[in-house]
Amino acid sequence: MSNTNPLLDVTGLTKHFPVKGGFPIRRTVGAVQAVDGLDFQVNEGEALGLVGESGCGKSTTGRLITRLLEPTGGKISYRGQDITHAGRKELAPVRSEIQMIFQDPYASLNPRQTVGKIISGPMEINDINPEGGREKRVRELLEIVGLNPEHYNRFPHEFSGGQRQRIGVARALALEPKLIVADEPVSALDVSIQAQVVNLLQKVQQELGIAFVFIAHDLAVVRHFSQRVAVMYLGKIVEIADRDDLYGNPRHPYTKALLSAVPEATVDETPARERIRLQGDVPSPLNPPSGCRFRTRCWKATEKCATEAPPLVQVEGNKPGHLTACHYPETEGTIPAPRLSKDPQAAA
Amino acid sequence: MTSTDQQAFLSVRDLKVHFSTEDGIVKAVDGLSFDLEKGKTLGIVGESGSGKSVTNLTILGLHDRHRTAIDGEILLDGKELTTARESELEKLRGNKMAMIFQDALASLSPYHTIGKQIGETYRKHTGASKSEARKRAIEMLRRVGIPQPDMRVDDYPHQFSGGMRQRAMIAMALVCDPELLIADEPTTALDVTVQAQIMDLLKDLQQEFGTAIVFITHDLGVIADIADDVLVMYGGRCVERGTKEEVLRTPQHPYTVGLLSSMPSLDGPVDVPLSPIPGSPPSLLNPPSGCRFHPRCTFAEKVPGGLCSTERPLLKVEAGRGSACHLTLDQRQEFFADLAATRH
Repeated sequence: MSNTNPLLDVTGLTKHFPVKGGFPIRRTVGAVQAVDGLDFQVNEGEALGLVGESGCGKSTTGRLITRLLEPTGGKISYRGQDITHAGRKELAPVRSEIQMIFQDPYASLNPRQTVGKIISGPMEINDINPEGGREKRVRELLEIVGLNPEHYNRFPHEFSGGQRQRIGVARALALEPKLIVADEPVSALDVSIQAQVVNLLQKVQQELGIAFVFIAHDLAVVRHFSQRVAVMYLGKIVEIADRDDLYGNPRHPYTKALLSAVPEATVDETPARERIRLQGDVPSPLNPPSGCRFRTRCWKATEKCATEAPPLVQVEGNKPGHLTACHYPETEGTIPAPRLSKDPQAAA
Repeated sequence: MTSTDQQAFLSVRDLKVHFSTEDGIVKAVDGLSFDLEKGKTLGIVGESGSGKSVTNLTILGLHDRHRTAIDGEILLDGKELTTARESELEKLRGNKMAMIFQDALASLSPYHTIGKQIGETYRKHTGASKSEARKRAIEMLRRVGIPQPDMRVDDYPHQFSGGMRQRAMIAMALVCDPELLIADEPTTALDVTVQAQIMDLLKDLQQEFGTAIVFITHDLGVIADIADDVLVMYGGRCVERGTKEEVLRTPQHPYTVGLLSSMPSLDGPVDVPLSPIPGSPPSLLNPPSGCRFHPRCTFAEKVPGGLCSTERPLLKVEAGRGSACHLTLDQRQEFFADLAATRH
């Protein structure tokens, strides 16, 4: 699917939130560099996973793509059309093709509206009158997402968390979008329900051919859902690759550390991955480290990392499309310095 | 979870917690027993509404006394807690037993500095002065890995990141070196790298002080990392218990099997859909008859006579290992073998 025109093309996308301070005149004293120079593409029908820790800018990215936020810099093209700074009117047709699914199924549904009203909302706004009426379409959508169409007149509080998330999915599907940005769609749900919603989204993606930007912090869920995965750290993409390359051959130290930190429900004697324990928290995006932003927590960091920001490129030994932003990419079997690794036996 | 004659450090016997609400009686916990030794970690797994949090609020005596009917025994170091007076519990809470809550932002007071909130517990139980408490708060913040603790101690909760708030909560819980620590989903809201740090921190602190930890989570991966023993709860009852190895390697209850097989992993196959547990967790106002899992259980029809919907399966425990299911052990081995093979 590469090299054909991508559905969504993002280059150099930047979002800085100004920070005001001072008295009596409030001036801009700094900027939270939430997203700083992202380049990625989403092809039609493809699911791109965005993973990273909180504060890495993945949600901001989702909101920039959907233009709920105004980018500070860079360019977003949707089907070749520049929508970076498009106005309300210009955006209207695009907005009906890019939909969003939110994390919190309790906060993202209006408690005073019936399910029917919620799901038909997008059609009302866009003045779309499907054949057979909106109600019929809503009932169809309810069926697609696995809810009883009879529940048309119920209110959100009558549903469980998993069912509410299904309502959110139905609403996103109402306008037959080409791209859905799903921001942590399952993280608020019970484990036994998560799989139901992941399966539903996957069904929607495959059967309706909708492209997804799947934002999540759960690496296992992202792996299951996405064909390509981008790992973000402090507003930058540090590694992007096909699923199997990223999980099987992570080249960025952060990707490797992130993967090793996922607790797996197995009790095997030998852990599948060596354990790398990162120290400290993610630095503040208000004042990110110079050069490589991961260097303050990286066990390989040198002088060069502090002065020179590593470009996102195809490093030696990578397959095409597997890009890594690191001066000293990992090779298989690299052993991190002992001061940051922890013997799993000793920790047990 | 040994059934030795000598009293375990924390011993819960046939605990029943029922709330009376306008809609009827909610049987949040319905006959739960477990033991916990010092220096050990008991992992309680369950979904929302399984009664795992209520169990632990009851241990701490934080339930609403007017609306809650409690039956059974909770013995902490030989002391009965269910009948203890509020003033006695106050002396224990924060001192001998402490709790870490899930939502750190909601559990911290937005109007007081982090340092003051940590110090408050310390002052109450040790009678320390303000400056001593402040010093202690800084020390605790340093121990839980907050950078520049002497500056951050005067911050308000909103100035902390999610991970830091959780650390501050842990600092607050550990400020009096409690012997029992109840951690209710302490890492659920955190990032994986921070979660790994917090779990290492808890393990280190446990090793240092021999704290007994009750670790409540819905994440079996976390259980695999931190727990010694595991108790799986469903609809207010324990459906399976055993050591972590037993429960994760050879689960005996269909619910545990369902949980394990519905989770995606980092190594499993990706092109097959996940196998979720159908339906949703039961309402405790009007729980299903018989086995509470039977409406969602794919094996219920394999049990003759519809026993699953009429009779409550008993939890038969032998040497700390047991499960509550009407299927015979042979049947389970047969059915669960396929599921283990398709595990993601």
